Amino acid sequence: MNATAAPAVFAPWTEPDAVPLIHLNGVTKEFGSFTAIDNIELEIFPREFFALLGPSGCGKTTIMRMLAGFEDPTRGTITIDGKNMAGVPANKRAVNMMFQSYALFPHLTVADNLAFGLKRSPMPKSEIKGRVDEMLRLVQLTKFASRKPHQLSGGQRQRVALARALAKAPKLLLLDEPLGALDKKLRQETQFELMDIQEKTGTTFVIVTHDQEEAMTVASRIAVMDEGRLKQVATPDRIYESPNSVYVADFIGDVNIIEGSVSLVDGEKAELQWAEGARPIRAMSGQGISPSDRAAFVVRPEKVAIATTEPSDMHNRVQGTVEDIAYLGNMSTYHVRLADGTLVKAQAANNRRISRRGITWYDTVWLSWTDTAGLILSN
Amino acid sequence: MNLSRRLLIGIPYLWLLVLFLIPFLIVLKISLSDYDISIPPYSPKFDLSAGWEGIKDYLGSLDFENYAFLADDPLYYTAYLSSLKIAAISTFLTLLVGFPIAYGMASAPEEWRPSLMMLVILPFWTSFLIRVYAWMGILSNEGLLNQFLIWTGLISDPLVILNTITAVYIGIVYTYLPFMILPIYATLEKLDGSLLEAAEDLGCTRISAFWLVTLPLAKPGIIAGCFLVFIPALGEFVIPSLLGGSDTLMIGKVLWEEFFSNRDWTVASAVAIILLLILVVPIILFQRNEQKQREAAK
Repeated sequence: MNATAAPAVFAPWTEPDAVPLIHLNGVTKEFGSFTAIDNIELEIFPREFFALLGPSGCGKTTIMRMLAGFEDPTRGTITIDGKNMAGVPANKRAVNMMFQSYALFPHLTVADNLAFGLKRSPMPKSEIKGRVDEMLRLVQLTKFASRKPHQLSGGQRQRVALARALAKAPKLLLLDEPLGALDKKLRQETQFELMDIQEKTGTTFVIVTHDQEEAMTVASRIAVMDEGRLKQVATPDRIYESPNSVYVADFIGDVNIIEGSVSLVDGEKAELQWAEGARPIRAMSGQGISPSDRAAFVVRPEKVAIATTEPSDMHNRVQGTVEDIAYLGNMSTYHVRLADGTLVKAQAANNRRISRRGITWYDTVWLSWTDTAGLILSN
Repeated sequence: MNLSRRLLIGIPYLWLLVLFLIPFLIVLKISLSDYDISIPPYSPKFDLSAGWEGIKDYLGSLDFENYAFLADDPLYYTAYLSSLKIAAISTFLTLLVGFPIAYGMASAPEEWRPSLMMLVILPFWTSFLIRVYAWMGILSNEGLLNQFLIWTGLISDPLVILNTITAVYIGIVYTYLPFMILPIYATLEKLDGSLLEAAEDLGCTRISAFWLVTLPLAKPGIIAGCFLVFIPALGEFVIPSLLGGSDTLMIGKVLWEEFFSNRDWTVASAVAIILLLILVVPIILFQRNEQKQREAAK
């Protein structure tokens, strides 16, 4: 079992007395006049698989490089395992990194690459060979021990890089876009391998990625970043189901965004006036909205139902015309244009053969969603 | 294989045949002839008018007498050995000077690198001979260096540098420095910076990362640079004769003296053939290094 499949068992961030492995306390990093990291507060717990997710240039790599010891924060402190890391160089930290380019030493064999860090550690020579063999078995590369990196495939190199970073049994493993160079199918297989290895070794993993699907798959918690700030730190399902901002909702997965003004806030429920003469949308209320605020209603396409007849029992129902159908095999996404010009995407599973599908281009259809399907978030 | 391709491959072969193989065979032939007071100063001379019999006679009179002479007279093999020693030591000195320069260039900001490269190549814009003469002006007893040192009060009597082996080393290191810097720079520039970070991440200090990662990866460049300095330095003639004085024994100088002072073309040719044979070994090693590098780049 892995961390993401058993969130009820593994959730140290909900336990008030859990001791974090990493603590970033008011960390700011400036490069000249450019602020790469802006006053970040973050705790990461032992055995977590933590993902830093964001577009390129959001500062996720800078956080990772500060944890590794390649950069020092301009302000604030980084604590790893209770020790302040200020002034501790990369080679003195119980942190190892798997580089995006893998950074395998081209002049050394696979086995020598794995032994490289061990030879620099207090481990006695006699034990190094055993540890290297153990790491080779872990990543299933025993047969390739005497090969040079250029004689390996991309996937094999990726595994060597992982094994090399794990060989010294670091407290914290940093992974910089570890699967970026692999093709999609291999990437998906490797994601599960990564989770498996993380579980076996019990190491805390911090992964940097711009691929939201990858972050959702592997991570116990995700930090969504933008312009040097943390937008939201939560479990993948929380990030997906209850994003705290339109930015997060838009960054993770596909989403419909309808802008309007808040007409009612009643505890967890709220209503949004979105078009002249249209019925207000009822949805869950996000944080910090109050009546007459500008706000946006966000709903995932798979939570929008599509029908040819009016679902009169639903409060949230709108009529529109099918403009486009994206057939994805297992499901189809319908792009529906509403009377006021808004485009709403609705997803439906193709549980019938396509020839039997009742809806086609330019049909007038009804879209509907429950009162709890979407969120109204401040803009 | 089509005609145009054959032509394309044929051109370098033709070039080698006309400008290397034929002159080499002529020199080889002279080295097997005997000294003679005539013009040109050897016999027998090649004469096609005597017909087939003439050629047979001609071939029959060739011998290895000059090579035997080279082996007899200690002057020659001490000159060869001394040349090997001087070439080896100056290659090592050039490496000591050239590597830090190449390393500095490769770690300089990217926008500086073309200018730095230019500075390394710039001396080639002036004639080699003039630059060696300039060194004579710098190193002589009344030269710039001694004037400067006396002016600073570091020494009271001028240092004798010119016409010593030290001047030869200075001359060779100065002249061949770009041939050392450029190949090393080429390998260091390609070096992926994340490899050094990975080494540090795995527990290396900056210095041990240099020894364990930078140096092994720069090895092909170092080897290429060493050969590019060693090979021409071995047969060097201008630098030892202008800067080295009479004590400096190098085979290039001996060759020149045999040829022009003694007018003994036959012995001079034998000296040249032996020098070439000595050079074949490092040249083959150099080619093998280049080949390996090309394969690794694939």
